[in-house]
Amino acid sequence: MELVTPDFGLLFWQVLTFLTVLFVLSKFAWKPIMSGLKEREESIENALSEARKAKDEMAGLKADNEKLLAEARKERDKMLQEAQTISVSLINDAKEKAGKESQIMINAAKEEIQTSKEAALAELKNYLASTSLLIAEKVIRKNLSAENAQQELVKDIISNSSQN
Amino acid sequence: MTSNSLGIKFLSVLLTISLSLGFEAKASDSAHEGDEKFDISSMIFHHIGDAHEWHFASFGETHIGLNLPVILYSSDRGIETFSFSNLKSHDPHRPVVFKGYTTNHHGKIISTLPGREIFGFMKDPHATHQEGAVQVYNISITKNIASMFLSVVILFLVFIPVASGYKKRQGAAPKGIQSFFEPIVVFIRDEIAVPNIGKKSDKFMPFLLTVFFFIWFNNLLGLIPGGANLTGNIAVTFCLAFFTLIITIFSGSKDYWMHILWTPGIPMWLRPIMLPVELVGILSKPFSLMVRLFANITAGHVIILSLLGLTFIFKSAAVGVAATIFSTVMSLLELFVALLQAYVFTLLSAMYFGQATAEHEHDHADGHH
Repeated sequence: MELVTPDFGLLFWQVLTFLTVLFVLSKFAWKPIMSGLKEREESIENALSEARKAKDEMAGLKADNEKLLAEARKERDKMLQEAQTISVSLINDAKEKAGKESQIMINAAKEEIQTSKEAALAELKNYLASTSLLIAEKVIRKNLSAENAQQELVKDIISNSSQN
Repeated sequence: MTSNSLGIKFLSVLLTISLSLGFEAKASDSAHEGDEKFDISSMIFHHIGDAHEWHFASFGETHIGLNLPVILYSSDRGIETFSFSNLKSHDPHRPVVFKGYTTNHHGKIISTLPGREIFGFMKDPHATHQEGAVQVYNISITKNIASMFLSVVILFLVFIPVASGYKKRQGAAPKGIQSFFEPIVVFIRDEIAVPNIGKKSDKFMPFLLTVFFFIWFNNLLGLIPGGANLTGNIAVTFCLAFFTLIITIFSGSKDYWMHILWTPGIPMWLRPIMLPVELVGILSKPFSLMVRLFANITAGHVIILSLLGLTFIFKSAAVGVAATIFSTVMSLLELFVALLQAYVFTLLSAMYFGQATAEHEHDHADGHH
């Protein structure tokens, strides 16, 4: 029976000691421990969520960058293509224009050649006509004197005319 | 050195300690009874009981121990303090009388003067009772109380530095002793308090942590040869269970009391019958806590002491070797029980607090089950 009968002295000291321990440890141990634990857990959780956020942001930025790059590439391709078509059309235009112009110039040259030719011919005709007249006149004048003189005269006239 | 040879060394140390514990028991017993016959039950009760001196070892007639202070309070004499050495007698048949006090055959202090008696919850059946005697309250620092003070010193020396670690390394990883105790504290919070109590668990954490470590440390101190059987003492477990009861009662929500006084979800005629059952339940819960811790720890001590006692009953070295091996195994089991009982006490306390503080939805759901 002694084993299961609480001893007064022990009960007294146990109540006193336990309350003291409870008070002292609550104030100087459990409170800082629990708050320290909570603080650390919160800071870890915050750090984790921030890291996750940063990761998401990075992923977003990367996607944006890629989109921009793709757009830029597309634009460049488009510009290149445009430039190519423009240059081709320019060349073609130039060619066409040059062709046309040269044709005009050739035509003009031909015309001029024709006119100069015609003018030259006309002049030649006129000259021939006048020279023939002159020859005929001189021949007629000296026709009666001598045959030798006639021939000499003709030779003279011709050489004079060639000197002219 | 390999771990194997270390293990052998450890075993041999344990063997020596266990044997010396037994020899000491024999020596004290033979001095007590005055003959060579070994009384195992008196040896066991001597070891699991309380004493006014802390006895460490005996070598023949040389006893190594500490006489603890005796503190007595009575209304006529006030507080009296003296060392127990004043009352110690080397002849058990001739007790020493000092200031009107002496010791009985159990080593308890009794009064020799008429009209004065030592206060106790259970009257000694052998003592003559006097009506109207002056009650002397014995609040001596006994072996159990000294051991409890030692455990308090250890608790302070352990947990105040642990707490300072959180200030020193704010938000950083735990270090040293802090990293050993942090998982235990987190376990008590996350596996005991939060699942059973819920949102209000923070309020109960100081009590749960104190109870857990107080019981665990004292269980371990009790397992050291020569240590006191503090947590296997009914007064201690009564006190711990009483605190659980008080906290349960004072944190009881309206729903909790309604549940007890007017149990919902059962037929009207059953309700008056349920009332006393529920009221008994309030007391039976802490009562089970008290008995469980007391019985488990005391039983562990009794088994180890009985195994060692076999050596002296059979007076054989072979039995001694076997008993030492068995009691070593039991001691290892007791190391686990020390932790387990601290856990069980804390867990059940948390469950009772959880029931007391439960919200209406929870209570209602319980009522339908």
